[in-house]
Amino acid sequence: MLKFIVKRLFWMIPSLFAVSFLAFVLIQLPPGDFVTTYIATLASSNEVVDQNTAAQLRERFGLDQPMLVQYLKWVWGIVTHGDFGISFEWQQPVSGLIWERMALTLVLALASLIATWALALPIGVYSAVKKYSIGDYAFTAFTFFGLSIPSFLLALVLMYVAAVEFGQDVGGLFSSQYETAPWSIGKMYDLLTHLWLPVAILAVSSTASLIRVMRANMLDELPKPYVTTARAKGLSEFRLLVKYPLRIALNPFISTIAWLLPNLISGSVVVAIVLNLPTAAPLLLQSLMAQDMYLAGAFVLLICALTLIGSLISDILLALVDPRIRLE
Amino acid sequence: MTDILSIAPRPAMTTNKPLLEVRNLVTEFPLRTGIFRAVDDLSFSIEQGKTLCVVGESGSGKSVTARSILQIIDSPGRIASGSILLHQPDGTSLDLAKLDPRGRAIRSVRGRDIAMIFQEPMSSLSPVHTVGDQITEALRLHLKMSKAEARTEAISLLRQVEIPNPEKAIDRYAFQYSGGMRQRAMIAMALACKPQLLIADEPTTALDVTTQAEILDLISRLQKAHGMAVLFITHDMGVVAQIADDVLVMHHGVAKEYGPVEQIFHSPQDPYTRMLIGSVLKLEQKAEIRLARPPLDTTAAPLLEIRNLSMHFGEMKALDDVSISLLPGETLGIVGESGSGKTTMGRSIMRLYDPTAGEMHYRRADGTVMDLAKIGGGELKAARRELRMVFQDPFGSLNPRMTVSQVIGEPLLVNGIARGKALDERVCHLMEQVGLDPSTRERYPHAFSGGQRQRIGIARAITLNPRIIVADEATSALDVSVRFQVLDLLMRLQDELGLAYIFISHDIGVIRYMCDRVGVMYRGKLVEVGEADKVCNAPDHPYTQALISAIPRPDPRDRDHSRRFRYTEPSAAKNGSSAR
Amino acid sequence: MVDVSIANLRPERAAVASQWQLIWWAFKRHRLAMAALFVTLALYIVALVPGFFAINDPTVQNARATFHPPQRIHLIDNSNGFEFGLHYFPLKLTRDPETLAAIYVEDTAKKIPIAFFGRGYTYSVLGLFQTDIHLIASTDKARPLFLFGADRLGRDVYSRVVQGAQVSLSIGLVGVFLSLALGIVLGGISGYYGGRIDFVMQRVIDFVLSLPTIPIWLALAAALPQGWPATLQYMMITIILSFTGWAQLARVVRGRFLSLRTEEFVAAARLDGVSEGRIIFRHMLPSFSSHIIASMTLAVPAMILAETSLSFLGLGLQPPTISWGVLLREAQNIRSIATAPWLFLPGLAVVIAVMALNLFGDGLRDAADPYNK
Repeated sequence: MLKFIVKRLFWMIPSLFAVSFLAFVLIQLPPGDFVTTYIATLASSNEVVDQNTAAQLRERFGLDQPMLVQYLKWVWGIVTHGDFGISFEWQQPVSGLIWERMALTLVLALASLIATWALALPIGVYSAVKKYSIGDYAFTAFTFFGLSIPSFLLALVLMYVAAVEFGQDVGGLFSSQYETAPWSIGKMYDLLTHLWLPVAILAVSSTASLIRVMRANMLDELPKPYVTTARAKGLSEFRLLVKYPLRIALNPFISTIAWLLPNLISGSVVVAIVLNLPTAAPLLLQSLMAQDMYLAGAFVLLICALTLIGSLISDILLALVDPRIRLE
Repeated sequence: MTDILSIAPRPAMTTNKPLLEVRNLVTEFPLRTGIFRAVDDLSFSIEQGKTLCVVGESGSGKSVTARSILQIIDSPGRIASGSILLHQPDGTSLDLAKLDPRGRAIRSVRGRDIAMIFQEPMSSLSPVHTVGDQITEALRLHLKMSKAEARTEAISLLRQVEIPNPEKAIDRYAFQYSGGMRQRAMIAMALACKPQLLIADEPTTALDVTTQAEILDLISRLQKAHGMAVLFITHDMGVVAQIADDVLVMHHGVAKEYGPVEQIFHSPQDPYTRMLIGSVLKLEQKAEIRLARPPLDTTAAPLLEIRNLSMHFGEMKALDDVSISLLPGETLGIVGESGSGKTTMGRSIMRLYDPTAGEMHYRRADGTVMDLAKIGGGELKAARRELRMVFQDPFGSLNPRMTVSQVIGEPLLVNGIARGKALDERVCHLMEQVGLDPSTRERYPHAFSGGQRQRIGIARAITLNPRIIVADEATSALDVSVRFQVLDLLMRLQDELGLAYIFISHDIGVIRYMCDRVGVMYRGKLVEVGEADKVCNAPDHPYTQALISAIPRPDPRDRDHSRRFRYTEPSAAKNGSSAR
Repeated sequence: MVDVSIANLRPERAAVASQWQLIWWAFKRHRLAMAALFVTLALYIVALVPGFFAINDPTVQNARATFHPPQRIHLIDNSNGFEFGLHYFPLKLTRDPETLAAIYVEDTAKKIPIAFFGRGYTYSVLGLFQTDIHLIASTDKARPLFLFGADRLGRDVYSRVVQGAQVSLSIGLVGVFLSLALGIVLGGISGYYGGRIDFVMQRVIDFVLSLPTIPIWLALAAALPQGWPATLQYMMITIILSFTGWAQLARVVRGRFLSLRTEEFVAAARLDGVSEGRIIFRHMLPSFSSHIIASMTLAVPAMILAETSLSFLGLGLQPPTISWGVLLREAQNIRSIATAPWLFLPGLAVVIAVMALNLFGDGLRDAADPYNK
């Protein structure tokens, strides 16, 4: 088991490097570099930067060096003292801007994950056990609808309903009095009262796809001979259902974290922008629009790293619950 | 149905009612196109402590019968009418057919009064629960034992079914057990609550013959010890002859014949039963076609000479230094249990695998000799025209997306031998040769039965006028009544086309029927080669002796189990736990 | 052993039925999937010649029709006795005396008949020829019909949705074909050769699948220069979408290749002297093409959703290109949707298209393997 985890952790290293390289390439992709953008920004406020200063700036940020060197420096900065570079739009280090927003992104993703599981598991099992019942058809209809509606559209419609029917603004994660306040019990509670809407929106499509996964898993397991064995032992239908097919159908379910988390985070980006949530996404969009590439790169890097860790956790969980993997 | 041939001791019972009486049972499966009757008006009874064998070929409804008793028929099947009376020791009777399949009443019968074991011990056990967990479950459910009591009992059960080191084995998972061990664990589980009736649904079909013999012995020993009745479902007449008191022969859901085992085997009344017994007895001796042949010319230069052939998959030595030769016109049998390397041997000869070491000298028609192990490219392609293969699986070996004429014609087409109308004529002729109606050539494989598909496979093999055909378990997937027909076809073609066969099988009966010489394989090694009659009747090597001794003879008068023994390799004595 | 789906068919027909016939029969039994197939076909026909189905020129602005609400189409006119025929009434703009909010009322005096195959604005059919014939056309050019209302600039939302279908639906298709090309090449190599190549390829696929797509798409899209022409932009967005889409398809292709490689009929073909190329194209490809088509069909809606999301966020296609995502940008502002909720209608088009494709793909996947049930 320990060997498995170590092996899996070992595999994380190249993945993390690949992710960081990807993020760095994204930073480098737009034509020009940080300094040209910086000069352009200054020029728009009528400040003129001469070629000398530009060259100095380039030297200071190491932009005159080959790309690989820059990349290694950037990674070195991150690894050694958590330095993600500087956001020129905000005129401050990137690391100062991202952590709270990343934390809220994580909270949102995890809350959606839990909501998704809590809903999809029982519904999927019900749909499989009562295959072709009215309830199964109703849930199937829901899953197809949930898979077809883009999350931002759902967010917009809910915002519209809230605004037009109830005259409420449902955007954001905090009430105005808590927005800049330090963390407290009150703020936590306030977060919870605001969190349900984005969570509900995000959970719709992921629940829809997970219900289908769970239903298919259960339908695969239900006719297996070991279920008949358990039935021949005299177990009640409910008990044998929970103990055998459900238990085994859970394994592929756990492995869904690996793709559910990236999906949820992807989805949360769009929803967060529509609902104007103080998560990573709106700032990411803003920084991309402004070509504030170090900030954007840091977000892309961290978001990708988060999903990689998610798939690591799902692999370890899977090994914990499935002796076939654990004992191989 | 009382019978005098009882072997097991009768338990002391005051009533003379049978344990279980099935009357006019009808089990149906509603399908889209109508209702399918899997079991049609079936009646039988099982006496205390006795064994009833339900025997039939695939699709006979024998398995559905077994499941109907416990009402665990796969959905959408259901009992349409009839009664299943369980006469309990207190004199009361319970009609199981009338109970709600999900209700408490039937659940208390399942596992406690009637227990069941299944064909595939691997898939019949949960992969994520320990064996102990699954055994103690029934104990705790029906006997209301505490966790600790149930565990002690489960260990003692595992000891009864002769699982070594039961204290450790109880915490293992099914996939850590060998095939035979898994079935033992299943039996331990079924016996947990000391049921009056054990239903065994093809419990040894997935096992090797030596393991099968051990499991059968175990069941009959436990049956005597517990005074338990057994309903044994099987397709194997040999097994029936060895263990049955009474026999019920089923065909397409209907009982064809029902009576004491002696009567079924020695004076069968029903034509179907007679045909079935006849098919089995045929495979107990040399084929008639072979008896009519002149003796083989053993002085001729061998057609194929295999020298020191080895095939390693990583650490595993699937073939270990095998040498054997094939004479022109000869049928060479290769026999062995699963994992013995016999399939690897066939595939290495065909160069589907590239052997690790060794030589395979093939003598062509013009007298030149080529080493099949070394050639490649065009030479290999040319050699493969003369060496052809018939596969085991009549379903998997035909591309379901090609018509039969495309399947049979493909070798001719890709080798540029015939096309267009000429190809069509050749295909028709080939189909006639293997006993298929050429007008069906535009059909797809799914329209043919297993035996017919195997004929298609044979037609494909003989298209290129080969000299050697490697047949890998070519008849294992077929019902016994079809099996000898395919074997006879192969022998007829041998006479017509002057073929030599390498016939790979786990079934000594088939080998005896078909082969001139036979090689016995065990763990990648060829342990014995000799005349088929000699090897099948008086083998030299202890492994072959053990193998032959384990084969159930299809004669209820020949039930001497004492000659059976398990072969253990002299050098590395392995315990039973790892042997498969 | 008996395959239920085949056993349920009439034997004499089933005996000579090819794989595609069996798949079609199985698919036909799935009524919802059949309906979805027809909806999908209809949508793609619209996407092929949007001009024919549009009513007004989707690019023409009309200052007098800002946030003009949708109009009803009437069939029976009772105002002047009994008259039968499709027609509509122009809306009269009045203002609420207190709030000054715009109120539109049907002006029943001016009945405008609708003509089938009437003449409207000129459009080109697939760039081949020009015509001005439309499926339905208003007979009064001065008072146009706004079936789905008008947007901020008085453009006809219905015609824009119809026009947007072309870009939105085709981007899904083109993107999936790009993904498929990558997926088949990479997955095929991985599955066919196996061994170390397969191991490395598997890690790469796992890696790509574990990435959250939208942030990466956003970053890639943001790197595109703003001033590029529409067609180039379209191609780049498609490439960006397939950058992550290939992994799923590659995994499907690889899985099929691996399982087919061990099939006995493939070994048998090899022994028959069939060349590698013919084994792949005659034996393996037909065996998994139905699965690939089903996976592709299920990948198209994901691509459509992706394009819509990107364009909605302003990082995908840019106006004046018309796609459903671009149209939904108009609905981004809570104030505009509060006054003109019909701006959501492009979203309805997205939902219908995606749902139809999902249902169709689902039915196809269920029917894709008629030999194993």
